[in-house]
Amino acid sequence: MSWKLDSDRPIYTQLIEILKIEIVSGKLPPGSKFKSVRDLAMEAGVNPNTMQRAFAELEDLELLRTERTSGRFVTEDAELIGKTRDAIASAQFDLFAEKMEQLGFSKRELVDFVNKKVEVESDG
Amino acid sequence: MAEILSLDHLTKVYKGSDKPALDDITLTIGKGRIVGLLGPNGSGKTTLIKLINGLLTPTAGEIRVGGFAIGPESKAIVSYLPDRFCLPGDTSVKELIGFYRDFYSDFDTERAYGMLESLQIDPLSRIKTFSKGMKEKIQLILVMSRRAQLYVLDEPIAGVDPAARDYIIRTIIGNYQPDASVLLSTHLITDVENILDDVIFIKEGKVILSSPVEELRIAQGKSLDAYFREVFSC
Repeated sequence: MSWKLDSDRPIYTQLIEILKIEIVSGKLPPGSKFKSVRDLAMEAGVNPNTMQRAFAELEDLELLRTERTSGRFVTEDAELIGKTRDAIASAQFDLFAEKMEQLGFSKRELVDFVNKKVEVESDG
Repeated sequence: MAEILSLDHLTKVYKGSDKPALDDITLTIGKGRIVGLLGPNGSGKTTLIKLINGLLTPTAGEIRVGGFAIGPESKAIVSYLPDRFCLPGDTSVKELIGFYRDFYSDFDTERAYGMLESLQIDPLSRIKTFSKGMKEKIQLILVMSRRAQLYVLDEPIAGVDPAARDYIIRTIIGNYQPDASVLLSTHLITDVENILDDVIFIKEGKVILSSPVEELRIAQGKSLDAYFREVFSC
């Protein structure tokens, strides 16, 4: 897992973003076991309370579930994982579209640009 | 009781000085928190830490650790890392572990050996044979191997390379008890800000800010380091 954290923003929201991407990309597969708060905090170099807070939010979102004796697991709800992935992708797209608009691209030009890029990449 | 440390109108004036090193400090530290004591050089960080450890006596005011006044009861629950290396060079690591085990009933010998092993340190080697960085790690291992209620670490990452700094930070995170607290002083804010729950800024012996770090980031929209530069700009 890559723990690039930016100290300008709250750490726990960044931890949530990173863990969500791990889940929706399948790097942490559905139903797989999560590391402990302390182990993951050590890996990320963050405070265990902060990691706990990120876990709690992922539990609220039901992306994580806790089993009292055996630990935490990634959800097996494929629909929820898909929806989460779409939401992250939409946010990324909006950022991209906004930047392109700043560069003077119309929606049409943006679509053409993307199509051209994708073709070039799949040819190469 | 939810706090491990409470300072009540704590003041320290060194003999021969007319300016207090610490000036009327009142604050508490909760259980299970990692707290950064941040301030420029000469702001009173080490003075405060020495007072908590009973190495100095207050001019006025009171300190309580776990409800105890400073004395044998408080020292039994505080594990202290001084700001300079202070282990005898002619003793072996094994002998040192023996000293710590004898002095502190909360010392976890197995944990200490486990950490030494992961650094491939031979317990029979004498302290003076190690590099400066390694000596600092050994001292930290001894301090973090106690199952204390309050760890007081004076500049634990000063003067070490980035890899050693990561090791030290991970050792701190990995070894304090979940209900214990850590008070660590530093002026290298960037290196520690991601592990802090709370921050205390001190300047010229006065507390000028005491706050949870994430709240500060949300309120200020900037890193602790950037905020520190703003507050202490000269």
